[in-house]
Amino acid sequence: MTTRLVASRRRADASLVIGIVLIGIVIGMALVSYLWTPYNPTQAMPADRLQGMSADHIFGTDRYGRDTFTWIMYGARITLLVGVVSVAIAALIGVPLGVLAGMTPYGWLSGLIMRGNDLLLAFPALLLAIVFSAVFGPGTGPAMVALGIASIPGFARVARSGTLQVMSTEYIMAARAANRRIGPIAVFHVLPNIAGMIIVQASVAFALAILAEAGLSFLGLGTQPPTPSWGRMLQESQQYLSSHPMLALWPGLFIAAAVLGFNLLGDGLRDRFDPKLKGRD
Amino acid sequence: MAGYLIRRLLQFAVTAAAASVIVFLLMQVLPGNAAQVALGTNATPEAVAQLERTYGLDRPLPVQYLDWISGMLTGDFGTSYVTRAPITPVIADSIQVTLIIVIASMAVALLIAVPLGSLAAVFQKRTLGTAISAASQVGIAVPNFLAAIILIMIFSLGLGWLPSSGWAAPIEGFGRFLARLALPVLALALVQAAILTRYVRSAVLEVMREDFLRTARAKGLTKTQALVRHGLRNAAIPVVTVAGIQLATMLIGAVVIEQVFVIPGMGSELVRAVANRDLVTVQGIVMVLVVLVLLLNLIVDLLYTVLDPRVRRAA
Repeated sequence: MTTRLVASRRRADASLVIGIVLIGIVIGMALVSYLWTPYNPTQAMPADRLQGMSADHIFGTDRYGRDTFTWIMYGARITLLVGVVSVAIAALIGVPLGVLAGMTPYGWLSGLIMRGNDLLLAFPALLLAIVFSAVFGPGTGPAMVALGIASIPGFARVARSGTLQVMSTEYIMAARAANRRIGPIAVFHVLPNIAGMIIVQASVAFALAILAEAGLSFLGLGTQPPTPSWGRMLQESQQYLSSHPMLALWPGLFIAAAVLGFNLLGDGLRDRFDPKLKGRD
Repeated sequence: MAGYLIRRLLQFAVTAAAASVIVFLLMQVLPGNAAQVALGTNATPEAVAQLERTYGLDRPLPVQYLDWISGMLTGDFGTSYVTRAPITPVIADSIQVTLIIVIASMAVALLIAVPLGSLAAVFQKRTLGTAISAASQVGIAVPNFLAAIILIMIFSLGLGWLPSSGWAAPIEGFGRFLARLALPVLALALVQAAILTRYVRSAVLEVMREDFLRTARAKGLTKTQALVRHGLRNAAIPVVTVAGIQLATMLIGAVVIEQVFVIPGMGSELVRAVANRDLVTVQGIVMVLVVLVLLLNLIVDLLYTVLDPRVRRAA
């Protein structure tokens, strides 16, 4: 291994480690919130309203006297839920379509899939989520579905280009020469080989979903009260910016940390999985 | 080239038409129709029927769709069932505001990202390069509305230099206009600059590996001279592509920023229409945004062929 390769490996590992730690914190908070939180999230304590950081309320309290740290812990649940569901929707639809398009690159089906992809790209995630909230009413459910649909093109593209690469290799030709059908080839040869790229894409899409859900909730069109969500906390803090800036900074910090975590994880994994990128940055 | 142009324009038209069908159908998904939604669940059937007749909602869907489309093509977006006012002026006024913000933001973002990204590439193995890369990685993770709130905390509430909200058109005085433009533009631009910095950096790194740059250095140019004279034009191609695509993202990002700064742009109108259950207005604004996104993609594709002779010849 050249020194350059070692350096790039080390940088990839640093990304991976920091990413995993940040994601671990968010997942840990969400899991612990099912067992224990410092306070009840809906319990308003008017006497304790708008307090700063203290031993009783390590992140302070909001305008109703609710504990901010408790809300951050509950907010982690919604953040992860939206990410997992929207990425699952996008991957379950996008990957098979992309593989299909990649395995039949000159057929009408492939053309249809890629044009459909172009059409979906005309609806950016946040816009589609706003439309869904207009039609189905604001809520976490419509938001997750909208963000999932908007993320399909990303998965389809990655799966298609990965499949095209795999299909040109000799072992696929061997499999085809042995008369294996297209289904088994897709499942046993193509999918395992593009799994790395798909995981990287999932990590990136997860980060984008977190950002979009936070934006949507910030607009009041995403997760509805009384369910705690980071975007909504940020919105509600806006009128206290001059007197209680920490109310905005805590949810902001956690949104940024979660997004950074998934982005770094994606970067680290990309360097690990893609041999062509090794030795480069 | 002409063939490519025609093909690409056709593709734009077909995609826009398909998108309009999707937007129209989405608005019909709801139980009841737009009239029912606008009047609320307590409305009497007579009142709903009256409104339906007034706005032609009792006609078959294909007729309504064609009516909507042909109206839009002639600049008439219809009448809101909620405000009973025409929608076109709302869109015409707010689109200017949004476009000013988005275009200014992209300009500022490029002004930040091109020098920073180039520095990060040239000094890639030194502290400066690493620091810029790390900063851009963090910047990408910051939602633009958080950047907006932090900017308000610093420049409005802390230093008192700039207003924290509101809007002024350029004719109301250029100073007033700039003062109200500054923070929203910075909020959008900073996050965007973080994204673009990474692309500039990798584009410049790519160019630095090229043979023609080594030749230029062999002729006696320094690294920076060679890069400025021969490298940047080549590095511009991928950056322009990404910047064009990011313009579409910023268009939607502006929706949230306008809300933070109480700016009367398309985003504010869209959010207001959604809150008022004003589906016809939602439909119109969404369609304008979708066409803008498609138009930006079209322009990027065409620019790409202009900038890169290899693509031009292939097309």
